Amino acid sequence: MSGRRLWGVVRKEVAQLRRDRRTLVTMLTLPVVQLVLYGYLTNEVLHQPTAVWDPVPSAESRALVAALENTRYFAVRYRARNLQELERLLDSGRARVGVVVPPDYGQRVRAGLPATVLVVVDASDATSARVLLQVAQGLGVRLSQDLQVRTLARRGQRPPPQPVEVRARAWYNPDLRSQVFIVPGVLGAVMQFVTTFLTLGTIVRERELGTFEQLVATPLRPVELMLGKLLPLVGLAYLNLTFILLVAWVWFGVTVKGSPVLLYILTFAFFFSSLGLGTLISTVSRTFLQAAQLAQLILLPSILLSGFLFPRESLPPFLQYVGLAIPLTYYVTVVRGIFIKGVGLEVLWPQVLALLALGIVVFGAAIVRFQKKLD
Amino acid sequence: MTEQVAVRCAGLVRRFGPRVALDHLDLEVASGEVFVVVGPDGAGKSTLLRVLCGLSEPTEGDAWVLGKSVRREPEAVRERVGYVPQQVGLYGDLTAWENLRLYADLYRVPRAAFETRARSLLRELRLAGVEGRITAALSGGMRQKLALACALVHRPQVLLLDEPTAGVDPVSRRQFWRALYDLHRQGITLVLTTPYLDEAERASRVALLHRGRLVACDDPRGLRGSLPGCVLELVAQPRAHARSVLRARSDVRGVYVFGDRDRVWYTGPDVGTLRRFLEGEGVRVEILRPVPPSLEDVFVARLSEGA
Amino acid sequence: MHVPFAVRAVELTRRFGDVVAVDRVTFAIPRGEVWGVLGPNGAGKSTTVRMLCGILDPTEGRAEVLGLDVRRDREAIKQRIGYVSQRFGLWPDLTVRENLEFYARAYGLPGAEARRQVEGWLGRSELAEWAHQRVAALPAGFRQWLALGCAVLHRPAVLFLDEPTAGVDPLSRRRFWELIHHFAKEGTAVLVTTHAMDEAAHCDRLAFLYGGRIVAQGKPEEIRRTGADGAVLEIQTDRPAEALRVVEGHPAVRDAGLHGAAVHLVLRDPEAAESVVGFLRQQGIPVHSVAAVLPSLEDVFVHLVEALEGGA
Repeated sequence: MSGRRLWGVVRKEVAQLRRDRRTLVTMLTLPVVQLVLYGYLTNEVLHQPTAVWDPVPSAESRALVAALENTRYFAVRYRARNLQELERLLDSGRARVGVVVPPDYGQRVRAGLPATVLVVVDASDATSARVLLQVAQGLGVRLSQDLQVRTLARRGQRPPPQPVEVRARAWYNPDLRSQVFIVPGVLGAVMQFVTTFLTLGTIVRERELGTFEQLVATPLRPVELMLGKLLPLVGLAYLNLTFILLVAWVWFGVTVKGSPVLLYILTFAFFFSSLGLGTLISTVSRTFLQAAQLAQLILLPSILLSGFLFPRESLPPFLQYVGLAIPLTYYVTVVRGIFIKGVGLEVLWPQVLALLALGIVVFGAAIVRFQKKLD
Repeated sequence: MTEQVAVRCAGLVRRFGPRVALDHLDLEVASGEVFVVVGPDGAGKSTLLRVLCGLSEPTEGDAWVLGKSVRREPEAVRERVGYVPQQVGLYGDLTAWENLRLYADLYRVPRAAFETRARSLLRELRLAGVEGRITAALSGGMRQKLALACALVHRPQVLLLDEPTAGVDPVSRRQFWRALYDLHRQGITLVLTTPYLDEAERASRVALLHRGRLVACDDPRGLRGSLPGCVLELVAQPRAHARSVLRARSDVRGVYVFGDRDRVWYTGPDVGTLRRFLEGEGVRVEILRPVPPSLEDVFVARLSEGA
Repeated sequence: MHVPFAVRAVELTRRFGDVVAVDRVTFAIPRGEVWGVLGPNGAGKSTTVRMLCGILDPTEGRAEVLGLDVRRDREAIKQRIGYVSQRFGLWPDLTVRENLEFYARAYGLPGAEARRQVEGWLGRSELAEWAHQRVAALPAGFRQWLALGCAVLHRPAVLFLDEPTAGVDPLSRRRFWELIHHFAKEGTAVLVTTHAMDEAAHCDRLAFLYGGRIVAQGKPEEIRRTGADGAVLEIQTDRPAEALRVVEGHPAVRDAGLHGAAVHLVLRDPEAAESVVGFLRQQGIPVHSVAAVLPSLEDVFVHLVEALEGGA
C-alpha cells in the first residue's frame, strides 16, 4: 500500500468531481428534495372527507358531529339531504366516511334511551379504514360514558369506578408527530441512495471510458484504487449528511436529541459498508446500466425491509433475515436511536459492529473480485 | 552474447475460450530495438502487448520483460514498462498536467523529480504550453503524444505501444515517429504494433503476426530478401485477359490489382521471358518492370504460401 | 434522362453545433469510377458518406446521387445504393447466411433472386465455409466480406464503403480491392474512404479531406506531380532516423519524412540536391543511393496540411 499512489487517485477523483458540476449539483440537491418529499409521507389517516345525514338536527346531534371533527380524523364536507345522496357521495369516492344520525337521536339521548349512530367507512384501503372504524367506536364509547356520568350526576349519583384504566404515554415523541419518526428514517434511506449512486460508477466508468486498461497496467493496487476513489465520496456523503440535518432542523423542526458528533462518527461505519456494497456492484458490472440495474436489488429491499417505512417486526421471519444483510437496517436503528432517543454507543454497539462486519465482507469481496486483469 | 534481452517469449499461448489469440509464440527483442509487430485486426497484436505488461496471463508458456516473468512477477514488470494501449488511458476531464501528475503518483516518481521531468517530456514531445488545457480539447495527435508522455514519466526502459498511429493524420504521424526515434536514441526499447505495413519498414526488426502465429520475424531488408522471385509492375491491355493468362502460369504466384496497374509476383527465369509470353498471348504490354518488393508483398506471399 | 455523374456534391456542408464537420465540399463521381476519400480520423469522411446515403441532412449545399436529391429523395436513393458503414450493421447472433438473407429481403429481392444472390456471394467471397457460423464467431477479415455482401446483393448502382478494409489482412485486402474494381468495371460508382495512405494506389481518383475540407483532388499521379511544391529526393541509408535529424536544420530542406526505410527530403530548390547529400555525408551519415522521385501521396498531404495550418 502506497500513500503516494492513493493520494494520486484521490487528487484525480477530486479534480474530476469538481469538473463534473452537473453530477455534483444533483448529488447535493437530490437528497434534500428526497427528504422534503419523504418527510410528508406519514402513516396517519387524518381529515378524511365525511358526509353526514342528519335529518332532524338537534343540540345532541350537533355535539356528536363536532366530537367527530375534533378527533381530526374526520372532516365533515357534505351534508346529505337523504340516504341516496349519502350513498352517491360514498360511491363516487368524494366522501370516505358516511355518518347516519337517526331522526330521533336527540330525543332518545335526552330521554336517556339507547341511540344508534351508523358510521360507514369506505374500506377499499383496509388499514386506514380500520383506524377510522376504531376511532369512531372509541368515540362512541367515550360519548356513552360522558352521557352516563352526566345522567348519574343529574340523579345525584356517583359514577362507578372504572374496572381497568389504561394510561398510555407516548415516550420520545410525546406529541406523536410522525415527522419525528419519519425524518431520521428518511435520512438513513437517502444516505443509502446517495452512497450507492456515488459508488456505482467508480470502477465501471473507468471501464466504459477505456481508461481502465492503462490504469491497471500501472503498479497501482486494487485497494489503493478503491480507497482513492471512495475517500472523496465519503467527504461528499458527509456534506450531504450535514445538508440533510440542516433541512430536518429548518424545515421540519426535527433536531438531534443525542450527540451529533456521535452521529457523524457512527455514520462512518455505515459509509464503510454501503460504499463497499456499491463498489462491489461496480466491480462485477460490465456497463453502467448493468450496475444501475443491480443497484435496484439493494435499494428496493433497503426501502422495504430495513424498517425505514414498515416496522421490521411485522415482516415474515424470512424477510427479516434478508433485511439483516442490508446496511440500512442497522443504520436506521442507529439514526433513530441517536436522533429520537438520544442513546449512545452503549445501546447501539451491536448495530455498529454489524455495519463494520458487513463492510469488511463486501469490501473484501470487491477487492477479491477486482483483478488487475482485463480478461 | 553482449546484447541484453529486453523481451523474451517462450512457447507463449493465450486462449480465450476456444479461440487461440496467441499460438506458441517464441521471440526475443534485444535491448534498444525498435520492434514492430504488424498484422491485421485479430492477429493477436494487442493480446501480445497485454501479456507483456502483465494485463493478461499466458495460458501456456511465459514471457520475460527485462528478466522478470510476467507470470510470476507481474508487478515488477509493470513498474519497469511503459504501456500505451490502443484506447489511451487519459482522462478527458483532467488537464494535461493533471494526467501527467496522476501517472507520476501511480508510479511513485519522486516529487522533486516530477516537475523537471514532466517539463522536459513536454518540451521533447513538442507539447509545451498545453499543461493547463483540458485533455478532451486537445487534438488527436496531441492526445497521442500526451499519452506517450504519461507512459514515460517513470522512465521505463521498455515502452509498449498498441497501434499508436492508427487513424492519426500523416502530419501527426511524422511527429510521433520523430518522438519515437528520440526515445530510441536514449536507449529505450520500443515494442509497437501497427496495422500499416509501411510503418514496419522503419523498424529494426519486424514480426508478422497472423491469427496468433508468428509468420515471419526479421529486419525489413531480410524480410524483403526472403521473398522468392520478384515483384513486377504491369500496365497492359486488355487488362483482364493479361491477368487471366498470367494466373494460369505456375511461376506467377499472384496477380493483384493496384488502381490502374497490376502487381505480379513472379518466380520465373527473367522478365523478358514473361513479356514475350504476354505478347504471344495477344497482350499489349505498356509497362512491365521489377519494383522493390514491399513488406506487404512479403506478407501476402507468406499468407498465400500458408493457405 | 441521362445523368453524367453518379454522385455529385456542390458546396456540401454539415455542422454539428459549432463544429464544421464537412466544409463546402464539391466533387463529382462518374459511373464506373473508384473514388477514394483519404483523411485522418475526424476529417469528415464518414459525415460526407452519411449525407450522400441520405441518413444525415446537409446543413448547406446540395448533393445528388443518381440524379436524386439527398434531401428530398432519400428513400429512392437508399433503394439504389449500397452502404457499408464503419460500424457494420451485422447481427452477431445470426449466421452469415441469415444476415445476407435479411438484407436481400430488406432490399425487396424476390425469393428466387434473393437465394441466387446470396449463394453467388457466398461462393465469390470465400464465405461459403462460414455460411452457418454465427457472425460473432467470424474472424474480423471475413466480417468485412459479409458487410460488403450485404450491401451489394441488390446490385446497387452506387456503392459507399466507409473504411471497408480496416483490420483486414493484406491478402484479403488485395482480394477485396480486386472485387471493388470488378464492380466498377460493371459500371458501379464506388466511393471508398480510408485513412491508410497506402490504399490510395487502388483508387482511380482521390480526394484528400482534412478538417472537413478537400485539400486536393485528382488522379493519384496528378496529385503527386502537382501537389507538393519543390523537388523530392529519396535517400537510402542505414541510419534513416539520424539522417532525418541531421537534415532538418539544413536551409534547403523544407520537409523531411520517413518512407518505409528511405528518407524523403522535400527541397526548396532542386539544385540544392548535391549540397544536401554532401552535407549528410559530411555529418557521417552513409548515403547508399539518391534518387529524384515523385513525392509520395503522404508527402503531398503533409505539405498541403502544413501550408494550410501555416496560412491559417
